[in-house]
Amino acid sequence: MNGRMNAWRRLARRKGAMVGLGFVFLFVLLAVLAPWIAPHDPLATSWGAIRKAPSAAYLFGTDEIGRDVLSRVVWGARASLLAGVVSVCISLSLGVPIGMMAGYLGGWTDALISRFTDAMLACPFLILAIALAAFLGPSLTNAMIAIGISATPIFIRLTRAQVMAVKVEDYVEAARAVGNPHLRIALRHIFPNILAPVIVQATLAIAAAIIAEASLSFLGLGQQPPAPSWGSMLNTAKNYVDNAPWMAVWPGVSIFLLVLSFNLLGDGLRDALDPRHT
Amino acid sequence: MGKFLAGRLASILPTLFFVTLLIFGLQQLLPGDPAMVLAGEDQDPNVIAHLRQKMHLDQPLPLQYVHWISGVLHGDLGESLRIQKPVTELILEKLPVTAQLASMAILIALAIGVPAGVISAVKKGTAWDYAANVFALWGLSTPNFWLGILMILLFAVQLGWLPASGYISPFEDLKGNLAAMIMPAFVLGNAFAAVLMRHTRSAMLQVLSSDYVRTARAKGLSERVVILKHALRNALTPVITLGALGFGELLGGTVLTESVFSIPGFGKLIVDAVFNRDYAVVQGVVLITATTYIVLNLLADLAYFIVNPRMRG
Amino acid sequence: MKLRALAFALMLGSSFAGNAQTLRIGLAEDPDVLDPTLARTFVGRIVFSALCDKLFDLDEKLNIVPMLATSHQWSGDNKTLTLKLRQGVTFHDGEKFDAAAVKFNLERHKNMAGSNRRGELAPVAGVDVIDAQTVRINLTAPFAPLMAVLTDRAGMMVSPKAAAAAGEKFGANPVCSGPYKFVERVAQDRMVLERYAGYWNKAAINFERITYLPIVDATVRLANLRSGQLDFIERLAPSDVPGLKGDARFKIAKIVEIGYQGITINVAKSDQAQKNPLGKDARVREAFELSLDRDGIVQVAMDGEADKGNQWIAPVNRYYGKSAPIPKRDIPKARKLLAEAGVSNPSFTLMTPTTSDAQRIAQVVQAMAKEAGFDVKIQSTEFATTLNLADKGQFEAYVLAWSGRADPDGNLHSQLSCGGPTNYSGFCSKEVDALITETRVNLDPAKRAAAYDKIAALIQKDRPIVYLYHRHWLWAYSSKLSGFRTAPDGMVRVQGLKMN
Repeated sequence: MNGRMNAWRRLARRKGAMVGLGFVFLFVLLAVLAPWIAPHDPLATSWGAIRKAPSAAYLFGTDEIGRDVLSRVVWGARASLLAGVVSVCISLSLGVPIGMMAGYLGGWTDALISRFTDAMLACPFLILAIALAAFLGPSLTNAMIAIGISATPIFIRLTRAQVMAVKVEDYVEAARAVGNPHLRIALRHIFPNILAPVIVQATLAIAAAIIAEASLSFLGLGQQPPAPSWGSMLNTAKNYVDNAPWMAVWPGVSIFLLVLSFNLLGDGLRDALDPRHT
Repeated sequence: MGKFLAGRLASILPTLFFVTLLIFGLQQLLPGDPAMVLAGEDQDPNVIAHLRQKMHLDQPLPLQYVHWISGVLHGDLGESLRIQKPVTELILEKLPVTAQLASMAILIALAIGVPAGVISAVKKGTAWDYAANVFALWGLSTPNFWLGILMILLFAVQLGWLPASGYISPFEDLKGNLAAMIMPAFVLGNAFAAVLMRHTRSAMLQVLSSDYVRTARAKGLSERVVILKHALRNALTPVITLGALGFGELLGGTVLTESVFSIPGFGKLIVDAVFNRDYAVVQGVVLITATTYIVLNLLADLAYFIVNPRMRG
Repeated sequence: MKLRALAFALMLGSSFAGNAQTLRIGLAEDPDVLDPTLARTFVGRIVFSALCDKLFDLDEKLNIVPMLATSHQWSGDNKTLTLKLRQGVTFHDGEKFDAAAVKFNLERHKNMAGSNRRGELAPVAGVDVIDAQTVRINLTAPFAPLMAVLTDRAGMMVSPKAAAAAGEKFGANPVCSGPYKFVERVAQDRMVLERYAGYWNKAAINFERITYLPIVDATVRLANLRSGQLDFIERLAPSDVPGLKGDARFKIAKIVEIGYQGITINVAKSDQAQKNPLGKDARVREAFELSLDRDGIVQVAMDGEADKGNQWIAPVNRYYGKSAPIPKRDIPKARKLLAEAGVSNPSFTLMTPTTSDAQRIAQVVQAMAKEAGFDVKIQSTEFATTLNLADKGQFEAYVLAWSGRADPDGNLHSQLSCGGPTNYSGFCSKEVDALITETRVNLDPAKRAAAYDKIAALIQKDRPIVYLYHRHWLWAYSSKLSGFRTAPDGMVRVQGLKMN
């Protein structure tokens, strides 16, 4: 408990991390309150307002079929946040148990898992994601699954390394000596002690996942139209950067801010949770 | 040392085996019929049947896999059916392009990431720290393709300083080559800089708190000398290894950047092949990329091992 | 290798002497194999225009004009076509072009494994060499589209000697008789062609070389033109037209395409057709069509750079069926039809390739049809996957374009005759099939037009495809360039092009 309080205090001292946290919070609010914040229906088309520059009626301008860009940016926050958080949750729920298994059990299990992890890491991340997304079919959910699976090996490797380091510690040895079952040792004694680096990595992975979603959308493998996501908005906007730059600017800036925030937060967490730095 | 080496080498074969399984398996998962995609607009049934037979798609899966692997072992990666060129030839054509792009990107990443990391560590907690942080992080926080298009509009269309896209061989026109490569290399390097910044920073922080640096300081050496001569030199080893590893990652990580800038390298080759279902190309290129990555990893481990005698225990 | 070194040297030299010697053309896609027999893509045909001469060519009004064949004669029963060939034509390897070469080429198209031309030349039974400059094509039945087919890849002549030597690898180093010969190709990067000194129409050729550069992104393609890396681009994005018009450094050329953009509806391809209101009931399809405002679609989806249409050929085409004009948008009537059909809020899925053009159309259509009560669900799907789903009939409606052929038959026969290879709607009507056959065996344009008119009326009744519009081919190029001739087939003909 004390350690956690210290970590929080250390995090609070990192101004960058706090700014990041603030922005993340702001975007979450935006996503949750989208129906009340967005001035227009994000799907409502207006044939009379095709690619109109920002004005009082449309603060961020309109897009290629006359939809309000501001409203779409606001609603798009949902897709991007979901894409980031859900895909990392998928990676975590796959990667941490598998990594713990490899690290804890060792032997053949470890060898097999490690070699497979190495193989996945050796294949380019985006190519894996593209192939998986193409296999599942373009949609936001499928993009999240594809990104989640492609990012899993990072978590397997990290968890395994942490478990290997922790399992030779005295308190784990002691728990084993008194005959605790393996699952209990893994959950009660090992898991809490490997959490910190996993949390740091997860925060940074959210940032990467948001970019990955944008990349998949850029290739047409993300959010289904007409629903908005920043990535798919950029994908459309790239055709009009010359004559309707506002279509590309706002979703791009939003991605930048959100991803930067997660990156700052992650770096701050690393400083706060990593005892080496204190 | 021998034991470590042997173990490390022994792990390569099973990894490569899994890589081939993974590539082949993913390929099979892709929906759509490659023969139909290649048959073009006309969809002539005779052509589709012919292509299917040529791609061995009419054979059972395990046989297709064996066919591919035995080809690979004989140095034959198959043929791109779309443009009728051996995959090996395509790879030899593209590898130098992507290799150049990746090397330039890493140089740019080092130039941004290392100073940013040093400043951020030395001035920890100050405004300098944050400025350096944000400066290194902004590339990682921007989608490559977006930054690429914006740069094309600014530097090629508005200012007219650089060519918008395309590739010129350095043997043909070195100046033209550098002009064409600088934007994509910057976009890639800028993103990779953040990774180097993070590692430089934590390595520097570690070194700065070590006895070694404390002794140097106690000797009354100037802070400048301590940091640049003693701390940085020690912190730099892992960063440079990481840079080398980044090269392996960039080989397959240039996908969208190459597409935006029309650079005919590995990334564009793979993506186009995935969408065109040009199986032999996808398999061949990913296999080469993965193998390069694995070998670079091995070399990095070896370097670590040689520099860090403690690991020998 | 030596040739390549020389080519580099020339390029270096020419870059100082100004680029007037090299024409740099930006393509929207990377072509497939450069073998006229095997080639399958639209974009490949653009490169062939400079590389391989054809027996006939097309002009701006889709008239068939002589090229390698100087004159033609149909027999009385229209079952043989005799061609007089141009004298003094040689292939890039110096071989003579003659009747034997024509026979070799047509037989290669017919017999080579994997040939994509076999379907187009299906009625060709054999080829006779009459003398060195005369060749006779024998048909199993009269075939009106034959000459139009010979203006495309089926009419391209390659060197028999080179083709026999290279076998199926011919596409790696094609040898034809066009104004330019093949120098090198770097996949996804460039194709370099060099002026052929022995070309029969040498006077029309003004560039030493042509470089084709595939640049997929329209924005980047245009950026290259603007920054001077390219002299010419094909498929300018419609939204970029207004911006470029004000720029005196560039010219824009356009013409209505021979292809179409439409929505193919599964009416009988699989069981799925009967499971949704759109596939099941022609009244619902009519209501769907009436819910669409084609002017609006053209304006929004294409920035006005298309001709609206409701048939497989554009209204400007001489074979357009005038008795089936474009219906006006009529929401009340659409609602009435839906009520009659007993579905006031029909829902269906619109399969849409992931290209931004297709997605824009789908979203506009979705919004318009909604006003008549339709609930259109967009299912964006990778193009490679759509082909497979379409072929299996696992779709309800499909946003699909066709690049078009010179003869209307090429836009109709495969798409709407029973069991045609690209008949994804599953439409099959004996009456329409009989009429299509009539247009194929009748060489008289008036009779063909009458039959097409009847087909148009029948198709409009059933609506297996709701045709939307015909794009304008848009080209942009340096205003210093002169001599560009537009043609509805979207090709870039290099004869007469000149840098001033």
